[in-house]
Amino acid sequence: MLGIVGYGGYIPRLRLSRSAVVQANAWYAPQFASKAKGTRAVANWDEDSITMAVAAARDCLGTDADRQHIRGVYLASCTAPFAERSNAGIVGEALLLDESIDAVDITGSQRAALSAIAIALAKAPAAGSQLVLATDLRHTRAASAQELEFGDGAAALLIGSDRVIAEYLGGGTLSVDFVDHFRGADADVDYAWEERWVRDEGIGKLMPRAIAAALADAGLDAAAVDHFIFPSTIAKLDAQLANTCGIRADAVVDNLAGGVGDTGTAHALLMLAHTLEYATPGQVIVVSQFGSGAQALVFRVTASVAAFRPVKGAATWLARGVEETSYTKFLAFRQQLMLERGMRGEQDKKTALSTLYRHRRSILGFVAGRCAITEDVHFPPSRLSYTPGAPALDTQEPHPLAERQGTVLSWSAEYLSYYPSPPQYYGQVDFDGGGRVLMEFVDVARGDIESGTRVEMVFRIKDVDEKRGFVRYFWKATPVRSTAVGQTE
Amino acid sequence: MPSGIKDKVVILGMGCSRFGERWDASPEDLMVEAYGEAMTDAGIGPRQLDAAWFSTHMSDVGTGRGGLPLGIALRLPNIGVTRVENFCAGGTEAVRGAVYAVASGACDIALALGVEKLKDTGYGGLPVATVGTFVPQWYPNAVAPANFAQLATAYRRKHGVAADTLKRAIAHVSVKSHANGAKNPKAHLRKPVTEEQVLAAPIIAEPLGLFDCCGVSDGAAAAIVTRPDIARALGKRDLVAFKALQLSTSNGWEMHSSQWDGSYFHTARIAAKRAYEEAGIRSPREEISMLEVHDCFSVTELVTMEDLYLSPEGGAVKDVMDGFFDADGRIPCQIDGGLKCFGHPVGASGVRMLYEMYLQLQGRAGARQLPQPRLGLTHNLGGQPSQNVCSVSIVGTLGS
Repeated sequence: MLGIVGYGGYIPRLRLSRSAVVQANAWYAPQFASKAKGTRAVANWDEDSITMAVAAARDCLGTDADRQHIRGVYLASCTAPFAERSNAGIVGEALLLDESIDAVDITGSQRAALSAIAIALAKAPAAGSQLVLATDLRHTRAASAQELEFGDGAAALLIGSDRVIAEYLGGGTLSVDFVDHFRGADADVDYAWEERWVRDEGIGKLMPRAIAAALADAGLDAAAVDHFIFPSTIAKLDAQLANTCGIRADAVVDNLAGGVGDTGTAHALLMLAHTLEYATPGQVIVVSQFGSGAQALVFRVTASVAAFRPVKGAATWLARGVEETSYTKFLAFRQQLMLERGMRGEQDKKTALSTLYRHRRSILGFVAGRCAITEDVHFPPSRLSYTPGAPALDTQEPHPLAERQGTVLSWSAEYLSYYPSPPQYYGQVDFDGGGRVLMEFVDVARGDIESGTRVEMVFRIKDVDEKRGFVRYFWKATPVRSTAVGQTE
Repeated sequence: MPSGIKDKVVILGMGCSRFGERWDASPEDLMVEAYGEAMTDAGIGPRQLDAAWFSTHMSDVGTGRGGLPLGIALRLPNIGVTRVENFCAGGTEAVRGAVYAVASGACDIALALGVEKLKDTGYGGLPVATVGTFVPQWYPNAVAPANFAQLATAYRRKHGVAADTLKRAIAHVSVKSHANGAKNPKAHLRKPVTEEQVLAAPIIAEPLGLFDCCGVSDGAAAAIVTRPDIARALGKRDLVAFKALQLSTSNGWEMHSSQWDGSYFHTARIAAKRAYEEAGIRSPREEISMLEVHDCFSVTELVTMEDLYLSPEGGAVKDVMDGFFDADGRIPCQIDGGLKCFGHPVGASGVRMLYEMYLQLQGRAGARQLPQPRLGLTHNLGGQPSQNVCSVSIVGTLGS
């Protein structure tokens, strides 16, 4: 059997209030008054498509640091930070994937994630489990509809043959140069054509063909579909499409528009990850997406679905959002509002690439060194141990820290330096199993960090070299929060 | 066990520039100011100097690198100038170099000078320094106030001290230093402050407010050292001698293991023990007359009182609140105003601390003069609580 063997999601913690956006822009764009409802997910200043993909992958893969069984990784995104330097390769380093696998970026259309699944399905039987990641952080203009409709997020699927939780039944694809929107190589935001044309001539005609082809390939009738996934920012278009295709109205999966927004390339997978959390054995899922054509894939949930749980899961990520009412914070995080940084913000963030390469396991993979004799943990690893009175030479073995939790020893929150979201919280973290690292604390508010607070690790942007366009990444600590679904903070 | 430095080297003369926002002075001018006073005090000419040790930290914003800035600024007669840099403890390192050179017999008379020109950056606070190519890729973009503020969170937890109790105690540290600094014409900040003012100041790094942080200023200080016999031959009396010069450097244990609790300075305890042993001091709380410690932040001074074994562990809050370290207390601390009021021209501070001890021991401290001090201790720290270099020096009248 071939299909989905694991899934995970990630939705950033901040949820921007749409009414805050609409009110701030009311003088200029009063036409959005009717859209002042709900929230959209917003990546923190130190998140991008890569960090969100890592978060979704970890949600899917669990806390076992041994990931040698993954034999390929595909990163689907239209907003990956690097045009040249494998974005999937960075994710592979962060996840400590085997170096001998291929890490591939897939991009260019909103259905890139479905393309990635199709490739992974083709490759998995011979090569082994394939990790498909979909992620987007789309830039928009202030006072645009997209600003309100889009959201940031990521999702992950593990494709394989062992303990399949959703069997792949068939697929249908149309590659058509229907330009509902485009973004030139040097542009920062999309340029979109009239919505009514997209709805009627594009989605309305191409999607039914792809869905029909997929169902035919699966040998199923449309009435058999229990969960129909079709992301769109056009209201009720999913229900219309289901109707056109003969899919039951109750099969239409909520597209998370109210709280999260449309996460672009990631969205079909995020909806799928969410659906798999409550789908029951035997149910048929159609996951479809539109973009430079149309694509649909059909899966049937197996009895193994209950045996798999993501670390947190989309429902938990959904529930643990915090509302953000500062529109200027959103604009500043997306570099649409240049805030005064002071001279302390003039520091050059040039990265020595040779240093990065030499230490890439420590920096990107967060691997410490554990002394085989004393069991002391060293970060960064070193040839000589710090062990008092007995500094042993070359005794350290790789000791991954990313999936370990820790406890805050000491902390402060400072207002002196330039920091994109002041104050900057940082302090010393003592890891379970040993090791101490001075770390930044993120996704925190006043009172969240104290001596003794339990923290877990997140992969984030460390610094951005704006002069040269380079991003450096490292791990940061965030409070361990309840994973109970339905609990809001 | 080495025989130590006790009474082998004495101070021939010292000088200290006025500290402050010296918009009028380049680093060269500050060096000349401190050097001129020291040479006059010593009563010697440049040709009597055998070598010099020069401390400056932020070479990019101040003097530039190497020994040249000192040699050129002071027009020294082509003697050897060694630049030393050891974070904020560099000043004491320059003195240590000069003292050891004299003690070895390699030099008869040596100069130690520290200078820092911080106020040519265009912004307040310490300049942003570079830290190599690896550290910036993982280490937080740390700043000194937040590094030292962490002492407070760890100290509170370890000793069960309420946040507002510790906040008041460290406020008293600053109130005391401002009261002292107000009497010092060479200090940068010369206004007394009240506890209410300190507590109400804006937060820089939780829980440290503006008045918990030392000033940032320009300044230079110089010491000329020699052997006791040479000083006597030059007509000097009431000689101030080095009793101990100790430096302890972190090796990563505090930073990387989970054994250090974050509430104290591991190195300070080691350096203090060694210094008391070198100086032959058994009961520091009874024997030390006065202190200049590295009060970069109020909380640093508070925990340092325990690290120097002057307050019992967990007892510094009580001692501080009891006025034990006030000008009229049992061991006056920061009698010149400290870093708090002098500001912290990084490379100069250690020498400035020694200058006050020297003046006090010679009875030349003017309005701040303490009654008959016998032994003075300087504590000069570079780095941050979790990894640092810490020097503890003791000076006193020769033969005491």
